[in-house]
Amino acid sequence: MYDHDLLIVGAGLAGLRCAVEAQRMGLKVAVITKVHPVRSHSNAAQGGINAPLTDRGDDWKGHALDTIKGSDYLADQDAVEIMSQEAGEAVLELERMGVIFSRGEDGKLGTRRFGGQKVARTFFVGAITGSALLHVLYEQSLKLGLQVYEEWFVTSLINEEGVIKGVVALDLKTGELEAITAKAVVIAAGGAGRVFEPSTNALICTGDGLSLAWNNGAGLMDMEMIQYHPTTLARTGILMSEAARGEGAYLFNSEGDRFMEKYAPDYMELASRDVVSRAEQTEINEGRGIDGNVLLDLRHLGKDFIESRLGYLQEVSVEFLGIDMAEKPVPIRPGMHYIMGGIKTDVNGETGVPGLYAAGECANVSVHGANRLGANSLLDTVVFGRRSATKASEYVKTVKDSRISTSEHVEKDLNRIKKILNNKGRFRTSEIRNTMATAMTEGIGVFRDQKSMEYAKKIVEESKIKFRDSLVVENKGKVYNTDLLFALELGYMIDCAESIVHGALTRKESRGAHFRTDIKDRNDKEWLKHTLIYRDRSGELKIETPDVTITQWKPVERVY
Amino acid sequence: MEVKLKVKRFDPEKSKDNIWYQDYNIDIHPSSTILDALINVREEVDGTLGLRCACRASICGSCGMKVNGQAKLVCKTRVEEIAPKGEILLIEPMGNHTIIRDLIVDISTFFAKIEQITPYLQPDSEPETGEFIVSNESMDKLLTEMNCIMCGLCVSDCTVLEVDKTFIGPAALAKASRFVYDPRDDQTNQRLNYLNDEQGGIWDCTRCMQCVEVCPKGVSPMDRIMDLRESAIEIGAKKTHGYHHTNSFEKSVTANGRLDETRLAIESAGIFNISRLIDLIPVGLKALIRGKLPPLFPHKAEDNKKIQELAKKIKEDK
Ligand SMILES: Cc1cc2nc3c(=O)[nH]c(=O)nc-3n(C[C@H](O)[C@H](O)[C@H](O)COP(=O)(O)OP(=O)(O)OC[C@H]3O[C@@H](n4cnc5c(N)ncnc54)[C@H](O)[C@@H]3O)c2cc1C
Repeated sequence: MYDHDLLIVGAGLAGLRCAVEAQRMGLKVAVITKVHPVRSHSNAAQGGINAPLTDRGDDWKGHALDTIKGSDYLADQDAVEIMSQEAGEAVLELERMGVIFSRGEDGKLGTRRFGGQKVARTFFVGAITGSALLHVLYEQSLKLGLQVYEEWFVTSLINEEGVIKGVVALDLKTGELEAITAKAVVIAAGGAGRVFEPSTNALICTGDGLSLAWNNGAGLMDMEMIQYHPTTLARTGILMSEAARGEGAYLFNSEGDRFMEKYAPDYMELASRDVVSRAEQTEINEGRGIDGNVLLDLRHLGKDFIESRLGYLQEVSVEFLGIDMAEKPVPIRPGMHYIMGGIKTDVNGETGVPGLYAAGECANVSVHGANRLGANSLLDTVVFGRRSATKASEYVKTVKDSRISTSEHVEKDLNRIKKILNNKGRFRTSEIRNTMATAMTEGIGVFRDQKSMEYAKKIVEESKIKFRDSLVVENKGKVYNTDLLFALELGYMIDCAESIVHGALTRKESRGAHFRTDIKDRNDKEWLKHTLIYRDRSGELKIETPDVTITQWKPVERVY
Repeated sequence: MEVKLKVKRFDPEKSKDNIWYQDYNIDIHPSSTILDALINVREEVDGTLGLRCACRASICGSCGMKVNGQAKLVCKTRVEEIAPKGEILLIEPMGNHTIIRDLIVDISTFFAKIEQITPYLQPDSEPETGEFIVSNESMDKLLTEMNCIMCGLCVSDCTVLEVDKTFIGPAALAKASRFVYDPRDDQTNQRLNYLNDEQGGIWDCTRCMQCVEVCPKGVSPMDRIMDLRESAIEIGAKKTHGYHHTNSFEKSVTANGRLDETRLAIESAGIFNISRLIDLIPVGLKALIRGKLPPLFPHKAEDNKKIQELAKKIKEDK
């Protein structure tokens, strides 16, 4: 019998930051993760992490305003204020834990400029910021002796009359299904990029946490807000960090024009991501692309500079396309990258479901609104990862005993898995996933309209039925059965896709990443609102549209 | 293009030695990676094939395996690089790891070695607010080690680990150097002494270069180990065979222009280390019988002078 005060689902930056905090507070903590902690997708973050540091002449209000403008005024401003105010200390603390940030002449941390921001306030480690941060938080978890259920896959939450009391999980190495009880559970299970094809996200970003929370009474908010990153590598879809443009790279179309002049004369290549992605897609759609791409040009930065500050990008470009960025521009295009939407939480990670908290990419606090600024996600993970630990620990103290009878819960999942394994269908998981994910990109893309969204919805509904009735899993074994794992992940992805298409169909305006070619304008009168979707046990959806919290920044027209 | 894969399979649920090689012929884009090919197999041909992979962009470190006998991250290895004419690609799990199923290995021993080197920053005191003020150069140097993604390739192909399980190994030692040279860490000497004295420490590396060759991130673990050796000697940690060996090697080459193997063996063991010296007797006798015993009084190399000059120059350049 496994039992803890606090169980954290996910060992990425949000999960580990939360765990370190809870461990310091003396709670009996454990983390459960389907991959080894350092394999979590946070390792892929390249460009950096934002923080307005006052001793650099910056102030939190500047960062907050850039974030809110970037969000197209959909972010809740009280939440943004907290993130901006806590950013400095959160980043400096990472340095003190051991992160090897790049520095300036004075020996203090140095910065680079990122999109949608007027000043350079992005702290970084070459082009491997996420990896550097994740490895250091992992080091801290070792220092504190954190217990980790490594390569365990959560199949459901233990829910007793609406109160969350732990999880049921599959130990991938043995194939055994076990219950792990806890006084509270924090979901920090990352994004859902695989709901789309292509995506910059790892194959493990399957939205598990979103689905787990949704199926236990939490709401999913602003799920239509899907970020398409302006620079993903041609053919492979691998991300080329915004750091490239932050360090001075240009974008060109097939006619040799720096086309951003037309779309964002002030910020040029460093406008917000939704703006740059739309500009590129427009160029491509109007025939000024090159095989469906435009060009990212770094040549003027020089080889030494590229290799020292953007080494990983050069590595990727050479290895995957055979292009030396110092000599040739690289073909890139917009690609699905991040979900702004997620499990609705308050600024302390509370979901409204007793015992259930959320933080990181799977949560929506909401600080990113309709478009996240580059380097604000890593910040989100550490600020709200820590805050959720603090709040959850208060709740933990009010719970007397977490040990409950769990056999019934395990039995239920065991039967579900048996059913999947015994199903004599004709569709492999990959076939259903690929069809759905391609349709999602078509329907809920950089540009969308009623028809495209209806199309995506139809495919999602079909996928749901195929998954239920005609799935086949070839591997019937227990030990590290990835075939079964992918099937369970597909179930999660279908839930995410369902919430995304309904969010998208609900919002009758264009805002940030949700750009409808059939309703092109932002409509503050009627739509300064979130879309918030609940699903009850019978599968019935309930959609609400709560107001956005505005504190000191009145919505104005958004120009870059 | 057509790709021919020969994959080593293992299913522990059938029986302990249920190992077989399975062929898959598939058709994919010529510039695909080996990972693309394996995913294609898994998605379209054989759902039972087990492998780990996640980011597909050589940063998560999940997909290490052997390709034609050498450890690689298959996500960054293109098919046409290895098999331009459609030759068979032999795919096996990483070496020096226990296999769980197919290409999936147990990574717990790898991470246990990492834990062995106290893998976190240990400053005597840290600033209460703000950051440590240290030079950018000192930090920049650490970026090489920081690039390590713990994929395990260096451990897979380490020739020492093959015979000596106590070796801390290339990845963990490279990680150790990341703390030894971090100006914010205050346990430098303790760390060096540990790495020097511990069984399986820095002197166990045989400099075979495999780790340098297979590292996908340019960490060059062996060079990090050599840095550590030098630093250990600098702080006066000299009570190791390794140090004596290096010392004797250098003395012999500078004096005679060639290696005096008899002396090297004796001096490495330590002139006063009677029991080690006795251990050497059978080796010496065997060599004598086979006519391979080096001469007791070494000849000098012909261009001894040149070699001496070289040695001097190397010392000066340091
Ligand atoms: C290529 C790329 C580059 C990026 N660059 C930047 C950048 O420069 N700056 C920035 O701010 N942001 C960046 N981002 C975004 C940022 O990296 C992520 O949003 C953030 O790291 C997410 O962290 P997380 O802790 O929420 O989730 P993750 O790091 O994804 O961790 C999720 C964890 O949950 C676990 N998990 C999931 N499901 C289950 C389950 N069912 N059972 C058990 N465990 C489970 C996983 O094992 C994992 O440990 C980038 C994203 C990508 C894809």
